[in-house]
Amino acid sequence: MAKEPKKEDLLQSISYKAPKTFWMDTPTQIKPGMFCWGAKAKSMNVVGMPNARDWNPAEEDWKLPENWQEILIEGLRERLDKYRSLRLFLDICVRCGACADKCHFYIGTGDPKNMPVVRGELMRSVYRKYFTTGGKMFGKLAGAREMDLQVLKEWWTYFFQCTECRRCSVFCPYGIDHAEITIAGRELLNLLGLNIEWIQGPVSNCFMKGNHLGLEPQTIVSNIEFMVDDIETLTGIRINPTFNRKGAEILFVTPSGDLFGDPGVYTCMGYLMLFHELGLDYTWSTYASEGGNFGFFTSNEMAKRLNAKIYAEAKRLGVKWILGGECGHMWRLVHQYMNTWNGPADFLEVPKSPITGTVFDNARATKMTHIIEFTADLMKHGKLKLDPSRNDHLKVTFHDSCNTSRGMGLLEEPRYVLKNVCRNFHEMPRETIREQTFCCGSGSGLNAGEDMELRLRGGLPRANAVKYVHDKHGVNMLANICAIDRATLTASMNYWVPGVAVAGTHELVANALVMKGEKKRETDLRGEPLPLPEEQTNVSARAVTEKAGGEANV
Amino acid sequence: MKALLPFLAVVFLVLLAVVGVKAAGLYFVFGVAVPYAAAAVFLLGFVYRVVKWGKTPVPFHIPTTCGQQKSLPWIKPNGIENPSGTGGVVARMLLEVFLFRSLFKNRKTKMKGEYLSYSWAPWLWLGGMAFHWSFLLIVVRHLRFFFQSVPAPVQGLEHLDSILNWGVPALYITDVIFLAAVTFLFLRRVTLSQVKAITLPADFFPLFLLLGIGCSGVLMRYLKFFRVDVVGVKELVMGLVSLHPAAVSGIGTIFYVHLLLISTLFAYFPWSKLVHAPGVFLSPTRNLSNNSRVVRHVNPWNYPVKVHTYEEYENDFREKMKMAGVPVERE
Amino acid sequence: MYNGGKIITGLVIFLALVTFPIYYSVGKSNPHPNPSLDTPVINKMPVKHCVESREFMRADHMKLLRGWMKTVLSGKSCVYVSSTGEKYDMAWDTCWNCHSNKKEFCDRCHNYMAVSLPCWKCHSEPNT
Repeated sequence: MAKEPKKEDLLQSISYKAPKTFWMDTPTQIKPGMFCWGAKAKSMNVVGMPNARDWNPAEEDWKLPENWQEILIEGLRERLDKYRSLRLFLDICVRCGACADKCHFYIGTGDPKNMPVVRGELMRSVYRKYFTTGGKMFGKLAGAREMDLQVLKEWWTYFFQCTECRRCSVFCPYGIDHAEITIAGRELLNLLGLNIEWIQGPVSNCFMKGNHLGLEPQTIVSNIEFMVDDIETLTGIRINPTFNRKGAEILFVTPSGDLFGDPGVYTCMGYLMLFHELGLDYTWSTYASEGGNFGFFTSNEMAKRLNAKIYAEAKRLGVKWILGGECGHMWRLVHQYMNTWNGPADFLEVPKSPITGTVFDNARATKMTHIIEFTADLMKHGKLKLDPSRNDHLKVTFHDSCNTSRGMGLLEEPRYVLKNVCRNFHEMPRETIREQTFCCGSGSGLNAGEDMELRLRGGLPRANAVKYVHDKHGVNMLANICAIDRATLTASMNYWVPGVAVAGTHELVANALVMKGEKKRETDLRGEPLPLPEEQTNVSARAVTEKAGGEANV
Repeated sequence: MKALLPFLAVVFLVLLAVVGVKAAGLYFVFGVAVPYAAAAVFLLGFVYRVVKWGKTPVPFHIPTTCGQQKSLPWIKPNGIENPSGTGGVVARMLLEVFLFRSLFKNRKTKMKGEYLSYSWAPWLWLGGMAFHWSFLLIVVRHLRFFFQSVPAPVQGLEHLDSILNWGVPALYITDVIFLAAVTFLFLRRVTLSQVKAITLPADFFPLFLLLGIGCSGVLMRYLKFFRVDVVGVKELVMGLVSLHPAAVSGIGTIFYVHLLLISTLFAYFPWSKLVHAPGVFLSPTRNLSNNSRVVRHVNPWNYPVKVHTYEEYENDFREKMKMAGVPVERE
Repeated sequence: MYNGGKIITGLVIFLALVTFPIYYSVGKSNPHPNPSLDTPVINKMPVKHCVESREFMRADHMKLLRGWMKTVLSGKSCVYVSSTGEKYDMAWDTCWNCHSNKKEFCDRCHNYMAVSLPCWKCHSEPNT
C-alpha cells in the first residue's frame, strides 16, 4: 500500500490551472495510491467473466487478448444501440465546461482528465473515430483518435477514478450524466477482464454466498447474535431476530457492510432495536443478505444477476413486502433498476406499515420501502418514544448519499428523522448537500486500501464541508444513510477532520429510542458515556418529539 | 493553435463566396444551389439524427433528481426538480430549454484559505442565454424575407428590436447582443484555463461561423460601403421558398458571403455538437419523471441471466445453516 | 422504452415549423414591388436621373435623407452637392417634385420589406 501523503503536501499539489499540454497529448500515469489492484482470475471465473487472468495494472503488459481492439469497438457498437443515454451523451456535449469543477475527483486532484467533460471525451474521441463521419474524415482535427494501448490505459485509469455520483449531471444544461459513460466504459473494460479486484472479489462473494463480504449463513447469524448480546448489555432487553423465516410479513434487506465492522454494526443494532420495539413481523435472509450491488460497477448484466436474489427470496419466503436498510447505490438500484431487471413483483403487496397503517404508495410497483421512509412515518405518527437528549453529546450534520439524493430525492425524510432524535443538528453549506451533495470519494467500488490517496483526494470536498461545520459549530458526528459512507468517511474524517465520527442514522435513532422495559442506559450504542442527567432538560420525550417534528419544516 | 484552422476554414468560405460571385459570377450556384443543398442536408440530417436516437431504447429509468421526491403525504415534494408526473416533466423541460435552468445553478469552486468555496457564477448562463435568445429573435426577424406580406408579429418584433431608434437604418438591439455574446463565448475558450483545456477545433468552428454570419449581416445593414439591395435579397429568398428559384444580380457580394456561411452552419448542424438542440429533449436524466417505484419501466432488451439460485445456495451451505438454526427447504 | 410517438410528434412539429414559409408561399405569385417612375416630371426628363446613381439610391437613400435632415437642422447649409457636381435643395420638395407618386413609388418597396418609417412622425405625407 502506498504511503498516505501529508495533508499539507496533498493540498499544495492541487492546482486548477490546466497544464500547457492538451489532455490528449498528456500520457496517463498509473500512480501508486491512485489505482486499485487488477481483478484476479479466481474471482472472475466464479461468475464467468471473459478473459479471466491475473494481471497487474502497474506492469507494462496487461496480458490483453490478441483482438482486444475489435472486442472493445464491437462492444461499444452494441452498447450504442442499447443505451440512448450513451449515444445521446456522446453526441450532444458542447464542452461548455459547466461540469468541469463539479467533480470531487477534479477538485481533489486538479487533473483535467477528471473533469467530467474530459472523462466523457476519453470515450467520445474513440466514438468519433469509429462511428462518426466527421471523425473518420478529419481525425484529430475533429477530436477523434484511434483506440490504442495508451488510450485503453487512460480509460482504465479514469473510469476507475469516477464514482458514478452524478453530480455533473445536475449542472449540465443537457443533463449529461457521466456516470452513464463510466458505466459503459467499465462494462467494456470488463470484456477484456480489466476489472479491479476490490469490485470483482465482492461480486463473486455476493454471487455465491449472497453478500459482498462473503459471510456464510452461520457467520451472519453469529454476527447478529453478537449485536443482540451488546444490545442486551446496553438495555437489558433480549432480542430474537429470525432468519429465512417463511411467512414473515416483511423481508429486511440491508448492505452486508452493516453486519461487520464499526461503525456499520451500530446502525444494524439500531435496526434490530427499532424492529423489536415495534414488534415487527420481519425476517432476515442469509441468501438475500446483500442490498448493495458491486455488480453495478462491473456490468449491467452482473448487477441484474446479483440483484435477482432479493425478489427471488421474497417470493420463496412468501413475505408481503420488502424493507430496505440504509445504503446509497443499493437504493439507486432498487429505485431505478430492480423492477425493470427482475420485476414485475406481482407476488408482493403494496408496502403498508403494520404500525401506522400508512400505505407506501410511492413504492406501489417495486414493493420495497426505504427504512428512512418507514421510520419517518413512525415518528410523524408519534409511534416511537424518543429521548433525543441521549444524543446531546453529539453535534450532528448529515451527509446526503449521491445515489439517494440524485437518483431518488430522499432529502427531507432523513433530516426529519435526525431532527427527531438529535437536538444539535447543523447543515453543511448549501452547495455540498442535498442534490448538490459531494461523494464520500470512495463510492462505486473504489473503497479499497491501495488507492487511499485517490480516496482522500476525492473525499476532500465532502471532508472540507464537514470541517466547516466542525470549526463553526463543533460538529462531531457525520450522520448518513449509506454503508459505504460509514466505512469510507471514517478514513476520510480521520485524515481531514480528526474529531468527527461517522454514524448511520438508525444508530442515532436507537440511541434516542426509549424501549419498553429497558434498563437505564449508561452509554450510547458505542459505549460512550451518555451526557450527565443534570445536563438533560427535564422535558417529556414525547413533547420533544413533537417540537422537533415542527422544526423539521417538512 | 486549435483556433487557427477553424478560423482559416471560415476565411476560406468568405473568399470562396467573394471569388465565386464577384469574379466568376456564379449567382445561381451561390444564390440557389448552395442554400437548397444546405437546407436539404440540414433537414435530412436532423431527422436522421433524431430517428437514430429514437431507435435506441431507454433501458432504464434514470432521471437525475434535483429535489425532494414524492413519498409521504406530509412531505412537500419538489414537483419540478423531481417531477413525479408528466406535468412536472414538462415544466422541468420548459425551464431547461427556455431558461437553461441547470446552467443557472453553476458555481465556481475555489480554495479560499482552508475552505473550498462555491460562488455563484452565472456568466456562462448569461452568455448562453444572450446568444441563444438573440439568435432566435434574429432568425424570427429575418422571416420578413420569407413571406410576401410580412406577418404582424415579425413586424412587431422588428419594431421592438429597433426601439432605440439609433441611426438609419435603426440599430437592432439583438445584433449588438448577438455579437457581444458570441465574442464572449469565444473569449472564454481562449482565456479561462479550464475551458481552454477542454476546447477542440470543433468548438471554434461554429463560433467563427456565427461571428462571420453576424459580422457580414451587420456590415451589410449598417455600413455604407457594404450596403445591399434588400429588395433584391427578398426577391431571391421568395424565389427559393416558393420553389421558383431564380438568380438575382446586383444584390452585393457580401450578401453571398452571409448566405454561404449560414448554409455552412445549417449543413454542419446535424453532424456536430450543435445537435444538442434536439438532443436536450431526449435526455433521459431530464425528460423522465421520478416514478420508477410506482410504474414499472420496461427494458425492451431485458434478457434472462444466469443467477445463483436459492437451491444452489442451500446445497452449498445446508449443514452450516442447520447448525446455525437457519431453516432449510430440504433436510 | 422508446417513446417513439412523442419523438415523431416532436419531429413533425419541428419540420412543420421550419418548412412553413415554403408551403405557405409555394404556388403563390411573387410580384416584384416595381416602384413606378411613371410621373409627369420624370416622363419629361430627356435623361432620367436622380440626385445620385440608381444603385446608390436603392441601397442608401435613407442615409442620404437622414444626412439632409441633420445638415439642415444644424443650420450649416441647405444645398446638396451631388457626386456629379449638381446642386439640389435639401428639402422634401426636391423628392416630391419628381416622385409625386408616393403610393406607387415609396410605399411599394417599403411595404414589400415591411419597413416602418420614422419620416412621417414630423413631416406630413405629400398629397398624391
